Amino acid sequence: MDETSATEAVAEPGFRDIVRLEGVQKYFGSVHALRDISLAIGRNEIVGLIGDNGAGKSTLIKVMTGVLAPTAGKIFIRDREVDLADYSVRMAHDLAIETVYQDKSLADKQPLWRNFFVGRQITNRFGYIDIKREKKIAEEVLLRSIGFRGVGITVDSTVAQLSGGERQGIAIGRAMHYNSDLIVLDEPTVALAVKEVRKVLDFVRRIKDSGRACVYIEHNLAHVHEVADRLIVLDRGSVVAEIAPRDMSVADLTEFLIDLQKAK
Amino acid sequence: MATGLIRRIEGLPIILVFACILGLFMFTAPGVFLSPFIYTTFLSTLPPLILLALGLTFVIGAGEIDLSFPAIIAFSGFVFALLFKEYQLGWIAVVAALAAGLLVGFVNGLLVAKVGIPSFIATLGTQFFWAGMATVLSGGKSYALRGAEESSVWQVLVGRIDFGPNAPIWLNQISLQAVWTALIAFFLWTILTRHRFGEHILFIGDSNEVSRVVGIDVDREKIRLFTLMGGLAGLAAIFLTLENKNFFGNQGQGYLLTAIASVLIGGTSIFGGRATIIGTIFGCFIIGMLEAGLVASGLTGAWVRTVQGLIFLIAIVFYLYVEEPQRRAAFLARLGFSAKFGRAKAAE
Repeated sequence: MDETSATEAVAEPGFRDIVRLEGVQKYFGSVHALRDISLAIGRNEIVGLIGDNGAGKSTLIKVMTGVLAPTAGKIFIRDREVDLADYSVRMAHDLAIETVYQDKSLADKQPLWRNFFVGRQITNRFGYIDIKREKKIAEEVLLRSIGFRGVGITVDSTVAQLSGGERQGIAIGRAMHYNSDLIVLDEPTVALAVKEVRKVLDFVRRIKDSGRACVYIEHNLAHVHEVADRLIVLDRGSVVAEIAPRDMSVADLTEFLIDLQKAK
Repeated sequence: MATGLIRRIEGLPIILVFACILGLFMFTAPGVFLSPFIYTTFLSTLPPLILLALGLTFVIGAGEIDLSFPAIIAFSGFVFALLFKEYQLGWIAVVAALAAGLLVGFVNGLLVAKVGIPSFIATLGTQFFWAGMATVLSGGKSYALRGAEESSVWQVLVGRIDFGPNAPIWLNQISLQAVWTALIAFFLWTILTRHRFGEHILFIGDSNEVSRVVGIDVDREKIRLFTLMGGLAGLAAIFLTLENKNFFGNQGQGYLLTAIASVLIGGTSIFGGRATIIGTIFGCFIIGMLEAGLVASGLTGAWVRTVQGLIFLIAIVFYLYVEEPQRRAAFLARLGFSAKFGRAKAAE
């Protein structure tokens, strides 16, 4: 991969929004999954994305990060329009957008160092991987950024040997490593013990402290209310509200979402 | 921790099993297995099996399967035999047969990746189609390639290496297809263990979903995968036809079980995500050795398939036990056992 592209992108000043969607539509066959979505993610903010199952949260971030192509609409990254025919996960990586999916970020049977670099391996021009270098960098990240010291985990460990919290740690650590401007988290605290949830939330804050932005999908309203600067509420494929957490308590927020359900 | 050691050296368990079986045959059939000629014979008969198994290592490692390669052996073999014998095209026949294999593989890849048919079904269909084509086009005839050993094609691809008149006889029987196969095996080993393509294949075998999310073009890699398999099967067909100096329509049929068994015996996971070239090669050695060994030990040839099938199953159970602890537990639970052996589960 081109190692410099990510860093250059970070250095580029003078943009207002990291990502902006305008009129994005997504159909799966006849199912209208996203209806005319327009939203912007600014710099240095944590945006919580909430809504019921099937509201379109996951589809939205997949469109945002290049996994799915939208049926219609425009995507701007750093205020520049993206050619949707070319937009892909790889391109999103190059544009410094990283995603951490609930349990789909890491491949179970593969060693950590491969999971770290897959999709953007350090290779020579024939495509052969520089294994030594990849392992060395992965080890540094493991020890320094994630703090896996003395827990019996090495870069050669397979993902299957890790706990749920450790997996999130690896995935988030990988995202941080690539100097991303925007880190998208898809329910990182699902199925984690309380102590590990703490760690992940601290990590989300650290993302902001380091000047990056974060889009955070979460079912647990208390978690997202605690860390988000802004909440975007999705319902049946549409953005129905934007809420500042300081203006609304968790209890009121819960009421609000339940009322949305009743309105169906 | 024993499994740690086993994992550190690629293919170690299967190498040990191979050594045991070899030792056993040296004991039961010393006249055959203690002379060099059986081994030089293996060098000329095993390469087609090994080439097929190498390709299947990638295919199975990616969590897919290819059942169409026996038909490629027939179809590519027919293309080669026809052009080589009837039209005297020499090297062009080689290129055409390889291209035929690549084409069949490419079509398999499109069916699996773009049309979205499970590979088991897609390649079952193409197996019938291309085997049928080979029969129709050849009219069921076989082609005897008499005098083929005079051609440069034969000499370069499957000829014997000449070490001079003073060398031992067995040395002059080492065949070139073994050399080519060894080079291809080494090349594919580097691809699987150190190349981006190999890494992508294993990630795809682990999870298609994760692979897409991390930016692997899953469809493209699957098309490449099946094309590679087709090309290797095409080459196997050429080696086989040249070595036998004969083409016949169902010459590939015997390879279906043996090639898949070699890969799985070698330690490539039936669930995908883990694959080993070294294991596959020793798996081929074992499968290939059984036939000669059993017959030389005094059993009739009818036993060969039975024993191959048995070893195949034992190997699968072994790997399931060693390498897939979760699946093992799930399997035992399904049988009504808890993860701790032997204790029946409480009434359901």
